[in-house]
Amino acid sequence: MSELNLEMVNEDPNPVKKKHNARVEIDGELCKECLLCIEVCAPDVLKVSESLNKMGYHPVEYIGDGCTGCGVCFYVCPEPGVIRVFKKNKVA
Amino acid sequence: MAKDILEKPESFYKVFERKSGSNKLTSHYCPGCGHGVIHKLIAEAMDEFGIGNRSVFISPVGCSVFAYYYFDCGNIQAPHGRAPAVATGVKRALPDSIVVSYQGDGDLAGIGGNEILHAANRGENITVFFVNNAIYGMTGSQMAPTTLIGQKTTTTPYGRSVKNEGYPIKVCELLSSLEAPVYLERVAITDAKNVMKARKAIRKGLQNQVEGKGFSLIEILSPCPTGWGVKPVEAKKWVEEVLAKNFQLGVIKDKTAEAVPEVIEQKKFTSEEISKILGASKNGSDFLYDKPDVKTNYQNPRIKISGFGGQGILFLGQLLSQSAMRSGYHTTWLPSYGPEMRGGTANCHVIISNNRIGSPLVTETDVLFAMNLPSLDKFENDVRKDGLILVNSSLINRNVKRNDVEVLYVPATELADEVGNTKATNLVMLGAYAAKSKIFSHDCVLFTANETVKRKEFLKVNEEAFRKGMEYVLNNKQKENKEYDSVIFN
Repeated sequence: MSELNLEMVNEDPNPVKKKHNARVEIDGELCKECLLCIEVCAPDVLKVSESLNKMGYHPVEYIGDGCTGCGVCFYVCPEPGVIRVFKKNKVA
Repeated sequence: MAKDILEKPESFYKVFERKSGSNKLTSHYCPGCGHGVIHKLIAEAMDEFGIGNRSVFISPVGCSVFAYYYFDCGNIQAPHGRAPAVATGVKRALPDSIVVSYQGDGDLAGIGGNEILHAANRGENITVFFVNNAIYGMTGSQMAPTTLIGQKTTTTPYGRSVKNEGYPIKVCELLSSLEAPVYLERVAITDAKNVMKARKAIRKGLQNQVEGKGFSLIEILSPCPTGWGVKPVEAKKWVEEVLAKNFQLGVIKDKTAEAVPEVIEQKKFTSEEISKILGASKNGSDFLYDKPDVKTNYQNPRIKISGFGGQGILFLGQLLSQSAMRSGYHTTWLPSYGPEMRGGTANCHVIISNNRIGSPLVTETDVLFAMNLPSLDKFENDVRKDGLILVNSSLINRNVKRNDVEVLYVPATELADEVGNTKATNLVMLGAYAAKSKIFSHDCVLFTANETVKRKEFLKVNEEAFRKGMEYVLNNKQKENKEYDSVIFN
């Protein structure tokens, strides 16, 4: 049961002080740029890409560091297959 | 057991093959649409309960009409608003299935208001996901029953006014007044906290059904950025700040704890048991009566039976059709239902054929049973040349005007009176027809009559009436039909 840890969501994100062994993968080709994930990302580690995907959207991308693995972006994303969250940074 | 990876649930197809176009990996929903999130939560719950292989997802009319593109389970697409009725049928036929009725607010609260009310009132053991975005999204954001007061839509350009359009319907509160529903909750697709509440509610709704507890409905306030004409993030805020203030979030009713799980027991029948229940032998064929040789002119008849309501018109048609079945013919029976059930005129169409039948409607008639004068007046001219008209001469005081058809005058009502029941007129006519056409064996008709008549005290009268009709034809050869052969019945 992957209950969300809401404390993680609400905590002050500081990747320098706390090291989270997690990451997020985004399939930019499927992203429709609704930006809901950026809106909810507490550690603020997602941004809009400057490049366009085939559908004509600027997809969201992971800045590469600081993901806490909270999974909120996965749940607010309306697309089935865009976001994958690796909570413990396991090899995919 | 926490999952280490959050990814596309397995209850979604890996590739959306049913979707048209080249992009078969994304949904057809607009950016920021609530449906996507709700689909994901449902699919995740299906994964978790391991019910994907026995779930049936009922797609409604609305943007989610194409939900069957995505869910790797049983799918049915229901007409607008009728998803609860379809879900009821599926659940009752397949009690082990997990039936999900997924509906929007125009669908559920608008056109299907009646359906959901009664499905809830019956306490069907189904799970309803009610996606409320306060408008008709797919058709172009018209006012829905859930549209807020003052909200501008394409059909309320100055805002919904109470005086003109009434108040928004609060479905959960409405259904909570009923006894049967077990679990009603309203959630919203907004921030992380609310999405997690929605996730929990969706799981509980499905769990209730898995446990057989009864009717659950989860109302989900969901953003429609395109329909509302705002950006996805603003739409989300509007749900949070406006919609959720008008539609109170939270559990509206929860009888989950005290609900007694329904024991689902689907009876399994062997083929022998089914044959016994249906009164048929195992392979059926040894239960058929032989088809007698029928004169070409009487083969494959298209029959119209007409008379007063109460003369047993429809029943006569049924007997004809049933006897045809027992003799191995193809047959159809098409009753005309109407306010003439008692007292007026009634008619029905019967087709008996050696070949498969396309339409059960009889236009050009081979055989007309005219049980009263209005019937003869009305249908005489529909009979084909060389067709057969059976006239109940007790009630019809004129001859048939046409001279290119075969006519059999049978004083059926009088003959029925002789056996002691005027109501057996129809059986007299059947006897006359059987004797004339020889289309069924005598035994076959009597067997069928015994099988079909519910009140067994009439069996004897019916049999006598049938014989009367037959004998009348055999003994009183009609003057008009001298060429007709003698009829031999075993």
